Amino acid sequence: MQTPLHPQHVALGGKLVPFAGWKMPLHYGSQIEEHHAVRTHWGLFDVSHMTVVDVEGDAAEAYLRRLLANDVARLEAGKALYSCMLAEDGGVLDDLIVYLRAPGRYRVVVNAATRDKDLAWMEAQAEGFAVSVTERIDLAMIAVQGPEAAARLPEHLPDALGAPLAALKPFHAHEDGNLFVGRTGYTGEDGFELLLPGTDAGALWDALVGAGARPCGLGARDTLRLEAGMNLYGTDMDESVSPLESGLGWTVAWEPAERTFIGREALEAQRQDPERRRFAGLVLRERGVLRNGTEVELEDGRRGAVTSGSFSPTLGLSIALARLPAGKESSAMALLRGKPLPVEVVKPPFVRQGKACIPT
Amino acid sequence: MSNVPAELRYTKDHEWLRREDDGSVTVGITDHAQEQLGDLVFVELPEVGARCDAGAECCVVESVKAASDVYCPIAGEVSAVNESLADSPEAINTDAYGEGWLFRLAPTDAAAIDALLDAEAYQALLEAEDH
Repeated sequence: MQTPLHPQHVALGGKLVPFAGWKMPLHYGSQIEEHHAVRTHWGLFDVSHMTVVDVEGDAAEAYLRRLLANDVARLEAGKALYSCMLAEDGGVLDDLIVYLRAPGRYRVVVNAATRDKDLAWMEAQAEGFAVSVTERIDLAMIAVQGPEAAARLPEHLPDALGAPLAALKPFHAHEDGNLFVGRTGYTGEDGFELLLPGTDAGALWDALVGAGARPCGLGARDTLRLEAGMNLYGTDMDESVSPLESGLGWTVAWEPAERTFIGREALEAQRQDPERRRFAGLVLRERGVLRNGTEVELEDGRRGAVTSGSFSPTLGLSIALARLPAGKESSAMALLRGKPLPVEVVKPPFVRQGKACIPT
Repeated sequence: MSNVPAELRYTKDHEWLRREDDGSVTVGITDHAQEQLGDLVFVELPEVGARCDAGAECCVVESVKAASDVYCPIAGEVSAVNESLADSPEAINTDAYGEGWLFRLAPTDAAAIDALLDAEAYQALLEAEDH
């Protein structure tokens, strides 16, 4: 499938690769330069492959409070929440962002690769609730990210949006007609994610590129989110692990205790388990790049593995997220291409708002 | 479309070789190879003076995406390495056949290079891989 911005990617010389059934740009020349553009200026991402689902109805809140591990009762209109959607055994079906638009009207953004599974699950769980679950395939999604995004974006949007966007707080959204703007992102920088009709997306994209926003592909999106310590579904967590072993315990709303969300029982049991695996960041200061699946050995011989690793363009060294045996070790050995190399075990993020969070 | 200079020799592992006036042979990875790897971030070069057999792993080029071995295309002794790649591995991306060279060999058999692919054969290999 092609997003509404496919002609733009072709015209810009994007290297298009298959991704979750879509043809998406990996980069438009250099993913490292795209990465730096987002950390220092501003960049644009086509994220129209993401799946947008509107959940509406009198029972929408009750339904989502059962469906999601985080609690939508914490939301007020115009606010967003990050959550996992769990299976009964506590495994992560997907991670998502849910926005409360107005009472009984929610917008959920889930991953592209999990679309079919998520929609089937959401439909099945909706039984018995007065709620509609509607995929919004008509919408395109553009992420505008970077320290200059807030100053530069509004002049390319209707005038009426200027003041509301300037006042928009992180993890809040504003709507005006067909345009839905969240102050959210996947880069660790300030920025916005815009949902708009696919037919309008090309003109906005062209205007932003014309104004100097750098088009960025999936490659830069991955290194930016990794530096920001943000998980990627399918590599950092999946149905075989719980959020508690994926560094996502903070997204589970335990209170109120009587809220029986799907997976709660399994998580309650695992919460008490002293052998529960640890999810941590790794920093490699020697030459080499930690890769997904790289084995990591603790001093006592117990092993874990990198769930996502890459080169950090901002730090100039390799960083990773890893699932390790329970413990508090601050160092380990990564078994890289057969060679043990020392790594530091740290708490992510590695980079936020253009600044290193670890000593360099 | 990848750049395949006519005057060079090539291997099916996407290395290029250039015979220099002093009889040495310069080795690098092709434009096609750097395109496939994406942005290069580290290069592990052989030691000057090391003797390498044809087909031996002698170098590692690592991009944001993947690490890739570079094989010694012909037998010889390493006479020089491109030290500047330690600070600017991106030279391989921007100038694969120039500033991005990897190492230089004193070949054991000066004629060995003639047995490798010429530009036309390498171009044909790329087109075949494309399909």
